Amino acid sequence: MTDSHQHDHGFAHPVSVKLLLAVFSSLVFLTILTVVLNDLPLGSADIIIAMTIATIKATLVMLFFMHMFWEKGFNVVAFISSLFFVSLFIGFTLMDTGSYRDDIDSFPEDKRPAPRVDRTAPGVSSNTVQPMPPATLVEGSVNPLAKTNPYVRL
Amino acid sequence: MSTVEETADSHDEHDDDHHDHGEFIAHHFDSAEQQFDSGKLGIWVFLVTEVLFFSGLFVAYVLYRYHHPEVFVDASQFLDKVLGGINTIVLLFSSLTMAWAVRAAQLGNNNFAGKLILITMICAAAFLGIKAVEYSHKWDLYILPVSYYNYMEGYHPEAESGGIAGTLHISKWLVTLSMLPLLCLTLFSAGAVAMAATGKRLMAQFMLGLAIMMSGYFVGAFAGQTYQNWHEANLEAEEHAGDHGHDGDHAGDSIATGPDSTSERPPQIGVFFSIYYCMTGLHAIHVIAGMAALSWLYFRCLKAHFRPDYFGPVDYVGLYWHLVDLIWIYLFPLLYLIN
Repeated sequence: MTDSHQHDHGFAHPVSVKLLLAVFSSLVFLTILTVVLNDLPLGSADIIIAMTIATIKATLVMLFFMHMFWEKGFNVVAFISSLFFVSLFIGFTLMDTGSYRDDIDSFPEDKRPAPRVDRTAPGVSSNTVQPMPPATLVEGSVNPLAKTNPYVRL
Repeated sequence: MSTVEETADSHDEHDDDHHDHGEFIAHHFDSAEQQFDSGKLGIWVFLVTEVLFFSGLFVAYVLYRYHHPEVFVDASQFLDKVLGGINTIVLLFSSLTMAWAVRAAQLGNNNFAGKLILITMICAAAFLGIKAVEYSHKWDLYILPVSYYNYMEGYHPEAESGGIAGTLHISKWLVTLSMLPLLCLTLFSAGAVAMAATGKRLMAQFMLGLAIMMSGYFVGAFAGQTYQNWHEANLEAEEHAGDHGHDGDHAGDSIATGPDSTSERPPQIGVFFSIYYCMTGLHAIHVIAGMAALSWLYFRCLKAHFRPDYFGPVDYVGLYWHLVDLIWIYLFPLLYLIN
């Protein structure tokens, strides 16, 4: 296919419409599949399955939509090398935090960041920490923080 | 004025023959192919930097999930799989039309390429519309980044929202978010009318395209909000029907109005939403940048710039657009599909 097109269009390699539609329909199929599989009780395998499907989808997009199938080797190597560096980034950071895991998990509760500071209430200095509201509300009552939360004003 | 434009249009095919073949070739390139290959290498290197740019957020995600898996299981119940899935398909479809537009540009069919790029732009705006519905629903429920996270069980935002937004069951946050698109839609429509009135056909067509793109946002937002209201009504009906029977289907499903969500949520749940807003927000910024780049392509298609030996810009923007799609392909299962 590529060879015949090469003669017609110089350095352009138009991808056939059939192939584009086939790739799109398999992408949609895989999207629906991953959502359906998510509802099934697969235990800890679900993240592996979801990531595998995502990687298949990404490969399809790269190969055919991004024309990597016909791309110059150097460009492919350049792009794929970024994935290598990302895996180094993630891998080394995980190894590092893994070795400090006990320290992280036992980080004292009182050193955790304060939940939120109410800067709008009169007489409250910006250093005062508002206690967290109760976890449940009585049915039908209004959120008590609605009046003071600056992020809900319109 | 209009006669001049018309003659120019009708002589388009003629013009092609008289085009100097070096029209868009910078003087430091030997040939169109060399220029194309250089641009291609440039855009691939740019995509590498984009991947590395996003990788910082992916590292944050992986680390936090590694240390607090329970937070992710709990927090992703607030994300709606259906809206996320629809958005995935909208983006995939826009990738299809983009790849198709590259093909059309390679064949020198500017008219068709322009139409396909316009569809891509509409899909991008619809994606943002659906995203706006998702964001606004969360903001209503105080599901915010970590230091502002203040969600409470059984809290119904309808208690507060009055006015037109309240009666129409539209989130007031969605109304706020829609102001800028509304302004753009108005400006582009007015621009199209003004350009048409002054006889500038090309600019009028371009402005009309931009206005159509912006209306895509409202289609997305309307569809998303309709689904959201339908979904909430369903949940409420289930709640009223009593807890007998069918909780199996929706046990893992969203959202705040769910009857029996756990009362002890992990205290760090807001961190998940910090990561969620950073990742999807950065992605949305890329979608907006893509819309700007696509608008530029649309304009050049209207001017019939592309030919079999000059289609680089469409190809480059296409690669960028597919990368935005690639990132979403990973974001969707990582954020929405956690059990």
